[in-house]
Amino acid sequence: MLSLVPVGILPRAAAFFIDLLIRTPFYLGAWFVVLTKAGAGAGLMLILVFLLEWFYPVLFEVLRHGQTPGKRALAIAVTHTDGTPVTLNGSLIRNLIRQADFFPMLYLTGFITMLSNQRFQRLGDLAGNTMVVYVNSERPAIQVISDSSTAPDWPATLDDQQTLLALLERKDTLSAARRQELSAFAWPELNGAESEQRAMNVARYLRGHS
Amino acid sequence: MKQAQFERQFSADWQWLEQQFAVLEKLRPGEAAQDPRLARLPASYRRLCHHQALARERGYSISLIQRLDNLVLRGYRLLYRPRLPVAAPLKRFLLADFPRAVRAQWPWQLASAVVFCLSMLLLWALVRQQPEMIYALVDADTAQQLEDMYHPEANHRSERDSNDDIVMFGYYIYNNISIAFRTFAGGIFLGVGALFVMLFNGSFFGAIAAHLSNNGMHEPFFTFVIAHGAPELTAIVLAGGAGLRLGWALLAPGPWTRLDALRKSAGEAMPVMYGAFALLLLAAFIEAFWSPRLFEPWIKYSVGSALWILLFGYLFAGGRR
Repeated sequence: MLSLVPVGILPRAAAFFIDLLIRTPFYLGAWFVVLTKAGAGAGLMLILVFLLEWFYPVLFEVLRHGQTPGKRALAIAVTHTDGTPVTLNGSLIRNLIRQADFFPMLYLTGFITMLSNQRFQRLGDLAGNTMVVYVNSERPAIQVISDSSTAPDWPATLDDQQTLLALLERKDTLSAARRQELSAFAWPELNGAESEQRAMNVARYLRGHS
Repeated sequence: MKQAQFERQFSADWQWLEQQFAVLEKLRPGEAAQDPRLARLPASYRRLCHHQALARERGYSISLIQRLDNLVLRGYRLLYRPRLPVAAPLKRFLLADFPRAVRAQWPWQLASAVVFCLSMLLLWALVRQQPEMIYALVDADTAQQLEDMYHPEANHRSERDSNDDIVMFGYYIYNNISIAFRTFAGGIFLGVGALFVMLFNGSFFGAIAAHLSNNGMHEPFFTFVIAHGAPELTAIVLAGGAGLRLGWALLAPGPWTRLDALRKSAGEAMPVMYGAFALLLLAAFIEAFWSPRLFEPWIKYSVGSALWILLFGYLFAGGRR
């Protein structure tokens, strides 16, 4: 089963602004040429502006694994809703309809559309059957050191197991007080330090570090 | 099997896959398809999917499941790549697929054309009858500029050199193709955006043609527009029709859900938009390099008419068996 995690408005906006920053020098240069020299250069610059405006995202999405430089910086990518890499047609549809998403200003239509569906798709994504997902959200494998362990004294369900494993793996990112507070939910009869010790022991047992 | 044992047993496999993915992801799509490493990937990928399913089923920790999820997605994105359309499809597209795609959505293309032509004729008749009506559409300065532009003795018409042609070529590409794309996108608002562009452009064109005719400049105007008008106006109408098709999918989806109908119509509209794009490139070329040349009117009229006939012949008959 593929897990496609849709990307919210802020990372997508950030990616958009990075792409805009990349394009800005070209726009400025092009308009400078157009306004100062009325030669063949100006005509070519207009073509460049046209290409940047409409085909910059298409080019990168199709040739670079669904990622414009901005999306690459944020480790997000455009895919079809079944997880396959975006096709030329899909990318073109979503980038042509971008204009409608922008309407009336600042992607208002796109924003409202995103909020009203589960995959956070704007109109262009809906028509092109595409979505923006997190990719390569690589985190280092978590190392757990073997230590004392205790078998749970109740028939632990898979949910119990996952909760305790998450606590064990994240213990270095939590403060001691928070770890004790969380452990106390499971063993309210023990004091803070004891309940944490017990939680860690049971978690290590469930993970298989005995 | 407990998680620690599971990880000890298979983490070497996952690390190997991670390395393979990192290498393959850096390659271009074409190169990756040729790479011998890719041939060994499916078997390892299937095993990885198996591990992912087991990890979920056995309630291993979220961090392990996320790590495997991420690996599965990366592998999936490498193995299932779309083919890029290249030269051979292009020929088939131009010879058959494009005119077929246009005819396949003829009701919307017809509607788009009718709206465009009716508003053009209406404004043409109106401004011919009441010449001052032009000032309801454009202000006096713009009207004056238009008159200057097509004035038979205007000196800039003969002085235009090849550099200006290229500037105008760039401008027509930038401006006209952007309009066509926006027309298509506007269609998604239940067709209103596309209809608006058809109405607006039709009216504007009709009014200006009538205004210039009122001032006796019909010959410089029509000799200028007749040739590139064929691909240009046709392409704008085609983009409008494709946009209407999008809007109609949302308005009356038929047996599909609105979302499915939208996807389907967008997919069907794409060949028309590729074609409109090609036509507008052609139009920009003609408009920049042929239309401003001063030939005998009969030459320009016959070349222009030939273009119209060829284009419509192509759209009606192209790709029929």
